[in-house]
Amino acid sequence: MTAFFNKISRFSLLLTLLFAGVFSVDAKASGDSDEPQEKFNASEVILHHVMDDHVWHLWDGHYGTIFLPVIVYSSEKGLDVFSSKNFYDEHHNIVDYNGYSLQHNKIYLAGTHDKVFDLSITKNVAMLFINAALLLLVFTAVGKAYKKNAGKAPSGLQSFLEPIILFVRDEVVKPNIGPRYEKFLPYMLTLFFFILFGNLLGLLPGAANLTGNIAVTFVLAILTFIITNVNGNKGYWSHIFWTPGVPLPLRIIILPVEIIGIFTKPISLMVRLFVAITAGHIVILSLICLAFIFHSVWIGAGSSIMILFISLIELLVAGIQAYVFTLFSSLYIGMAIADHEHHDDHH
Amino acid sequence: MDLLIPGEGLIIWQLIIFVLLFLLLSQLAWKPIISSLKERERSIQDALDTAEKARLEMSQLRSDNEKLLKEAREERDRILREAREVSNRMKDDAQAEAKKTADRIIEDAKAAINVEKQAALKEVKIQVAMFSLDIAEKLMKKNLSSDKAQKDLVESYVKDLKTN
Repeated sequence: MTAFFNKISRFSLLLTLLFAGVFSVDAKASGDSDEPQEKFNASEVILHHVMDDHVWHLWDGHYGTIFLPVIVYSSEKGLDVFSSKNFYDEHHNIVDYNGYSLQHNKIYLAGTHDKVFDLSITKNVAMLFINAALLLLVFTAVGKAYKKNAGKAPSGLQSFLEPIILFVRDEVVKPNIGPRYEKFLPYMLTLFFFILFGNLLGLLPGAANLTGNIAVTFVLAILTFIITNVNGNKGYWSHIFWTPGVPLPLRIIILPVEIIGIFTKPISLMVRLFVAITAGHIVILSLICLAFIFHSVWIGAGSSIMILFISLIELLVAGIQAYVFTLFSSLYIGMAIADHEHHDDHH
Repeated sequence: MDLLIPGEGLIIWQLIIFVLLFLLLSQLAWKPIISSLKERERSIQDALDTAEKARLEMSQLRSDNEKLLKEAREERDRILREAREVSNRMKDDAQAEAKKTADRIIEDAKAAINVEKQAALKEVKIQVAMFSLDIAEKLMKKNLSSDKAQKDLVESYVKDLKTN
């Protein structure tokens, strides 16, 4: 465990040295342009940064905003695909388009409160594509390297990622799932690296808060939930519905607790990752906002130093959260497929 | 509050992308990676096992050699001892044999000497008797050449007869 934190902290130090400069530059750059504007609303800015959006705002100015495609479906109007640029006029005010209106980042049929089914490529969906593409790029290259270097020592990217893959296999998956771990190893590795890469990419300036979005963590938790319960053996279900070795009246009390337990496990996974990542972003953004609230270069400089250290912690958190999510997923699956025969002897 | 409500679009995209990613990575990345890692661990383990086996065989060989050497040395000692015994015995036997032969030769010689002695004695006796007879004959011839001597002799014989 200590070895792992050591590894992560060394890794995070490296990345922070790379990115810290970018962060402070970013803070100052936007400070220059935002200052003369209307009264600064920190919570709005922060929430805007943390939440999903139909546009990807990188910097102020003409080309600083990427207008992402909107894909909507409603029973009244069917499927519609158009650019989100249509919702903005030349002064960057929100306008209705083609019978749709955009309110608080949600698309309604114009003039009604009927929400349409929104399949848009939002900022987070775009980020998801980037994350997935990066994962594919990196790991197919590593997979190829393994084929190419068969019987040889690992090299390059392969040797950088191999200890992490081995860590996930030997420290997270194997001890928690047990002897039948190999069936679940591909899922666990995908999960771990998806979260790790998502967390790290999310720390880049201008990036979307992908793994800090509850929809994303919801899906990941649901997948673990499905895998756990589909693979749950007789012992697992009998423990839930008719806990062995417990007096009858107690079993009746335990039953609802166990059933709630089935659902609290994925919920805890979902909430933990979402909160950890979003909270980190909010802290960093709040520190950045201090400079604009106080209109002071000195506070800006001070908060930049703070941001540096919080970023270090965030890099640590990025690794830890990927680890924890994978660890608990493994633990839940391990509990569901474990052999329970010995329990009867214990009680 | 919007922060806590998962957006339906993102859920669907995340589900599709993550499942696709899982399937693609499983085939393109995890399968070769996991199998190569396993293969490598197996080959390392094999190499270690082989080295250990070789080491054991080596020490086995060494102890075998020592055993062989010891046995050879013992064999040599045994052969030497036996040879010495055999030679000793042969020497003793030869000595005994020689002594026996010598004794027999002496015995034989003694017997031969005895026989010769007897024969010689017999010869001597015969010769002596012959000489005596010759002498007696000569004496008689000389002494009884006269009639008086013959008469005297007869008289002495008769005298002797009388006394008897």
